[in-house]
Amino acid sequence: MRLLRALRICGLLAGLSSPAPAAEITISCGALGQELELCRDGAAAWARQTGHTVQTVSVPNSASERLALYQMMLAGGAARIDVYQIDVVWPGILASHFIDLKPYSQGAEAAHFPAIIENNTVEARLIAMPLYTDAGVLFYRRDLLEKHGRPVPATWGEMEETARVIQEAERAAGNGGLWGYVFQGRAYEGLTVNALEWVASSGGGTIVDEEGSITIDNPRAAGAIGRAAGWIGRITPEGALTYTEEEARGIFQSGNAVFMRNWPYAWALAEGPDSPVRGKVGITGLPHGTEGRQTGVLGGWNLGVSRYSRHPEAAAALVMHLTGAAEQKRRAVVAAYNPTRPALYEDEEVIAANPFFRALYGTFSNAVARPSRATGTRYNRASHAFWSRVHAVLSGQQQAAPALEALRHDLRRLSRRGW
Amino acid sequence: MAKDDLGLARVRVRAAWLFLAPTLAVLAAVAGWPLLRTVWFSFTDAELIELENYRFIGFANYLEYYEGEWLGLLADPQWWRAVWRTVWFAAVSVSIEAVLGMVVALALNARFPLRGLVRAAILIPWAIPTIVSARMWAWMLNDQFGVINHALLAIGAIDAPVAWMADPDLAMWAVVIVDVWKTTPFVALLILAALQMLPADCYEAARVDGIHPIRVFFRVTLPLIRPALVVALVFRALDALRVFDLIYVLTANASGTQSMSVYARQQLVDFQDVGYGSAASTLLFLVIALLTLSVVLLGRLRLEGESAR
Repeated sequence: MRLLRALRICGLLAGLSSPAPAAEITISCGALGQELELCRDGAAAWARQTGHTVQTVSVPNSASERLALYQMMLAGGAARIDVYQIDVVWPGILASHFIDLKPYSQGAEAAHFPAIIENNTVEARLIAMPLYTDAGVLFYRRDLLEKHGRPVPATWGEMEETARVIQEAERAAGNGGLWGYVFQGRAYEGLTVNALEWVASSGGGTIVDEEGSITIDNPRAAGAIGRAAGWIGRITPEGALTYTEEEARGIFQSGNAVFMRNWPYAWALAEGPDSPVRGKVGITGLPHGTEGRQTGVLGGWNLGVSRYSRHPEAAAALVMHLTGAAEQKRRAVVAAYNPTRPALYEDEEVIAANPFFRALYGTFSNAVARPSRATGTRYNRASHAFWSRVHAVLSGQQQAAPALEALRHDLRRLSRRGW
Repeated sequence: MAKDDLGLARVRVRAAWLFLAPTLAVLAAVAGWPLLRTVWFSFTDAELIELENYRFIGFANYLEYYEGEWLGLLADPQWWRAVWRTVWFAAVSVSIEAVLGMVVALALNARFPLRGLVRAAILIPWAIPTIVSARMWAWMLNDQFGVINHALLAIGAIDAPVAWMADPDLAMWAVVIVDVWKTTPFVALLILAALQMLPADCYEAARVDGIHPIRVFFRVTLPLIRPALVVALVFRALDALRVFDLIYVLTANASGTQSMSVYARQQLVDFQDVGYGSAASTLLFLVIALLTLSVVLLGRLRLEGESAR
């Protein structure tokens, strides 16, 4: 204790002796692909400008594990990390641990997609600034579609039909390992995303609506999930029930799938110099049901400042720098991370590096949000209930309609003391 | 004289308590206190997000009547499936390990060249951290790139790759296989230690009488090593009932393969529900305590029965 106090006094003295006190800011960045490198470079540039120092810490790749780690650190009031990179569905869960960024943003949030800013605003407090956005998109093998004379599918029915036709023809021609469609079917958050895309694009709602009422038990939702269950073993390998993004990409990128649902990050890798499908891949919006409209689920990551940070001002300044226009442009050009600023989708350099940004602008700006705002701190539990039931339907243990009825009960239990 | 003896005994008892006190204090601090706190939390609606702010809600985490249906842990089918699955897993994996461990121990007890080297080598699966071996097996069991599917396809045992982790029943068997692979060496080692302590004269007498080796095994070896075997199996059963890391790494949080520990962790960490998660932990503790007690009691009864005979 005495040592601590002594250290703190030393720190104070050191701070007094220099004109502008330099803070050491610690930021947690994702480490998927080029993320960590991008974050490090961006933070280092800010440190050079301001004289502060920045430490980066890497956290688990799995979003669920990352959330668990954050929750444990934040529940303990740890001051070790100042800036947290948080998922778009976490503001409701983590809001109480983050400071309001409005006093520091000076209106900068107006230049971002309003839907994301709204998502990050909890009880009138802006708890995180958007770093990049994501939406589910459909990857397809342009060469195979051309070879078999099929158009790019617009509905789930067309996608299923095209996948089946090409899979049969190619297998008959000796390409035995080819599958029609791969997606993320493991029992985890990614399945919630995939299944919500099937449901929302078929006019089946978003599980829980904005007022918090449970809407999932409806025939359109049951139809959409039942249709997906019919893919398993026919156009989708049974193993897809254990796939996350990377396993699905592994199948598609090694040339073993006609269609894949994934986030845009797979584009840069599928077009990479060592990719077997380089130059053969197309990217489009996800199909929709006969009664719904084309959509994808909103993903993406944001930066927030911990309430327990010792240097909230410096930390907020770092957040503003990393989410600023120049930094988002750099990230888009270098590594194809979707900016959250509409203006950057008009930028020539950004479009030259990522031609699909322009065509899919509608998908990115109108993505469907998971019901994380309505369900608040219980989002995690609601999502788990949803993906568990969907997983049971996909693996053939339950029919879609009774599963959704059971899900309604699950969700009612969860919300019995309020969401 | 008798009084002196009594005094001496009292001094000894006091000394014994004195020497035991530090251990008891440490045990109370690291095991007793957390356990009591967990039990206490199980009667509250505490959430990890604000741990100081909770209400006492009685048995509502365990059982609660709400709008015409029973809720709570005792009415949660998923919890009971997790309990049943864990007990099934413990019974199946420990049985297989007992048989295989015995075979391995008997083989290692025989004299052959390089015996020391083989004994060391067989311990390798036990020495690898569970997380590492679980990851390793996850890749080996991968449906598209896994070496196990590749080998089975090559020898023609299957004609299409098997998705080991996709079907919950198949996944539980995969978990059993990995657990057996990992912990058989432990059982084998304990049995081997017992085998090496056996008196040679029994075996010489049996050989002189020309008794068949299988009969010798069941009539001489097995009864003599039974205490060691029981200890090994109780250890393993307790371990297996707490199984967490293997399942967590191999099948993530899939509700079709959850064990009791995975369920409790999910409530505590993923869902931040300290109250409900503590209730699950408390029941987990009770289930294991009950099973252990019954095993110990059964063992004692049988031992007493034998000594009376």
